[in-house]
Amino acid sequence: MTIRPETARTKSITLALPNWIGHRAGQHVDVRLTAEDGYQAERSYSIASPPEEAPRVTLTVERIDDGEVSPYLTEDLRVGDKLELRGPIGGYFVWDASMGGLLLLVAGGSGIVPLMAMLRHRAATSSSVPTRLLYSSRSLEDVIYRDELDHLVKNTTMLEVVQTLTRVQPPGWTDYSRRIDMQMLREVAWPVEQRPIAYICGPTPFVETAAASLVALGHEPARIKTERFGPTGEA
Amino acid sequence: MENKLDGNAAAGALQAILPFDMTLVQATCTGCGATNAIGATAAYMHGMGTIVRCPRCDTVLIRIVHARGRYLLDMRGVRVLQIMEG
Repeated sequence: MTIRPETARTKSITLALPNWIGHRAGQHVDVRLTAEDGYQAERSYSIASPPEEAPRVTLTVERIDDGEVSPYLTEDLRVGDKLELRGPIGGYFVWDASMGGLLLLVAGGSGIVPLMAMLRHRAATSSSVPTRLLYSSRSLEDVIYRDELDHLVKNTTMLEVVQTLTRVQPPGWTDYSRRIDMQMLREVAWPVEQRPIAYICGPTPFVETAAASLVALGHEPARIKTERFGPTGEA
Repeated sequence: MENKLDGNAAAGALQAILPFDMTLVQATCTGCGATNAIGATAAYMHGMGTIVRCPRCDTVLIRIVHARGRYLLDMRGVRVLQIMEG
């Protein structure tokens, strides 16, 4: 197991899982913790690593201050500790390179995690499916995988990343500086006629705004996949 | 505290009971007749268990409680469950 900080609030935990059956980009695992008195808490965490890295599996976990599981995973977990995992789970919110595109990814905060698995899978398979990522964070310091996203944009084809910073923007910031809205999606999403496949992941209000906007713009609901996480936060 | 999530978050608990990829299983609502993949439903998770609701009419489709070593599965809101082979 290795633990790597991503931002002040998020860490990536890489586990070697000898019995792992393999996963698809976008799937998650349930992590269960059991206290000495038998009390159990269980939460879902998205897999950040692509299928190509199995049996190594990376989870990126954001610390929720009053959470039951994430403070342990981000602060107390040590190499050598044992974790109980169930998964991989979910064939609904997944993208395989063979599914093609155009691909539209919309991430709020740590909602980037399963979408990063898709981008890493896309890079690992040398896919040239035209892909746009719209990624909303509070500030530049909160952008998870910032360097890797820059690297992917420079070193893979047909990938564009558009960011919005909702609270604090550095001097000279030229991307968006507000919460996601219909106008932003109109500008960033592919034209309706090109029928992109959309994956939206973030806090519930973020996901609902993004999904409702895409539908209002005329995108087919059946081509819009969503995954919400809680507790409700801002991104 | 209750969080509105979606059927993807409920799938782990459902898959502990049923040996299928539950996010892809289609459920038909007894309330309005809408058919949706469980992954596209609304789910509310709290300490007492998980409630899966119809995304169109909000009818309770499924309740799952895991307590004292057993699962309780209340499927009163589901008229038909369509499970793909393989």
